Amino acid sequence: MIELKDLTKTYGDTTVVDAVSFTVEAGEICVIVGTSGSGKTTLMRMINRLVEPTSGQVLIDGEDTRKVAPFELRRRIGYAIQGHGLFPHRTVGQNIGTVPGLLNWEKERTRKRVDELMRLFQLDPDQFRDRLPSELSGGQQQRVGVARALAAEPNILLMDEPFGALDPVIRAKAQDDLLGIQRKFKTTIVLVTHDMEEAIHLGTRIAVMDAGQLLQYATPEEIIANPATDFVAELIGGDRPFRLLSLDRVADHVEQGEAEGTPIEARLSLREAYAECLWSGREALPVVDNGKTIGRISRAELARKAARPQ
Amino acid sequence: MKIGLVIRLIVLALLIAFLISPETFRFAFAPLVTGNQPVIYNQGSLLEITINHLMIVAIAVAAATALAVGLAILVTRPFGAEFLPLSRSLANIGQTFPPVAVLALAVPILGFGTAPTLVALFLYGLLPIFENTLTGLTNLPGAVTEAARGMGMTGRQRLLRVELPLAFPVILAGVRLSTVISLATATIGSTVAARTLGEVIIAGLLSNNTSFVLQGGLIVGVLAVLIYDALSALERFLARRTGQSRRAAA
Repeated sequence: MIELKDLTKTYGDTTVVDAVSFTVEAGEICVIVGTSGSGKTTLMRMINRLVEPTSGQVLIDGEDTRKVAPFELRRRIGYAIQGHGLFPHRTVGQNIGTVPGLLNWEKERTRKRVDELMRLFQLDPDQFRDRLPSELSGGQQQRVGVARALAAEPNILLMDEPFGALDPVIRAKAQDDLLGIQRKFKTTIVLVTHDMEEAIHLGTRIAVMDAGQLLQYATPEEIIANPATDFVAELIGGDRPFRLLSLDRVADHVEQGEAEGTPIEARLSLREAYAECLWSGREALPVVDNGKTIGRISRAELARKAARPQ
Repeated sequence: MKIGLVIRLIVLALLIAFLISPETFRFAFAPLVTGNQPVIYNQGSLLEITINHLMIVAIAVAAATALAVGLAILVTRPFGAEFLPLSRSLANIGQTFPPVAVLALAVPILGFGTAPTLVALFLYGLLPIFENTLTGLTNLPGAVTEAARGMGMTGRQRLLRVELPLAFPVILAGVRLSTVISLATATIGSTVAARTLGEVIIAGLLSNNTSFVLQGGLIVGVLAVLIYDALSALERFLARRTGQSRRAAA
């Protein structure tokens, strides 16, 4: 659990972050979203003291972070950034093993952990362990960056626009991988992005920042349904019904009955189901899960889900 | 690349052969002398003088490297940042002082011989190494240094494990420049009785013996070219091994 209490950062006369308070529960994904210069990155960097707060405090599991030496604090918190920041002179294996090395893990334990993470991120250890980062593709470098952040089994992972440099196809894959890994390790994640789509896709809670102020801190459903200010509404954009649909899986809204035509996978979002209804001109789609038909989903039901929540 | 390496190896072999047995090359220098002037330098062993010349350069460059790199590390740390302008101007003064003037000023204090030459070369070698080390340490990729901090490396760990290894090819480029400058400048050390290849050149000038001048000049020139090339190759190798394309070498 991370508690931010009245966190403020000023540089001279400029207030970059203005008395921000909120709590991230253990195992949640908190996405801080805002335009450039909104203070979102500064806010995140105060959590691992890369930026020292001017006032206010950060509690991690109830402990004040000011009581810990910054470098020790940071070794406990995973950190992944845009452009990955891999050490160009160290192999993939050495990069991932950086923090375990700083914590003086035994060699064997580090090696096992590195291999485990590489397999988890679909990088064959024997093939990639001894390569230099410059020999990898952008998507692979990004995965190594996240693997490195997770190496010492941190409870908390901070990510600063981690997918910003990736093309849309690889980004979608990387986001889904992150969600899978988060479910596996139950890591608490604080992620900074300027992309509301990404925030809605990944976040269990979203913190919207503007000009150093926290405008709203709520679940994606709540933010879409009741944006606190015009600015928040503007960030969400005009296609709110579709954003709302993108939050739910088909699996949770299956009705009894039958339907004609190509079935849709239960793991897909309602948004994809609705798009398929419109595209194929059907009133309902059969739903399959693991190759077995489990029911159907209708266009009328989807349209109801897309309406503004009461 | 291959053919270049072959040529350099041949030149190196010729140089060593000439230093060990200068008389073998008498035929090449004979046309340069008139009357009964000696053809090959005869006031000392060329091999010994060359080794001494290289030793003086090596000691001066090593000392300059130690101080310049140390200074550059200090002024790029948070506590040393305010000394950056001061150290920059000190190194610049070292560079603007002509080596001859340093020699002239050092002789009354240090006496004739090797010492004033070492001081002159040392002062002259500081600036390129200092400037390159500064460039190397301050132009590191931002994401990399940010990641190093964010993962909990202490200042010392960042310096030793990330900053210096990444800056090393650029630092080496500075050392290369200083070495080549010192190789050439060391010759004037012979005016204050340091035992360097300048002795051969000066002897030739005094006795109007073109062959001597050429022998001294050739050895210094060939040494400079070979050492320059060897260090450049080492830089390229290190830059590749550290996964960076070669960064600017001022």
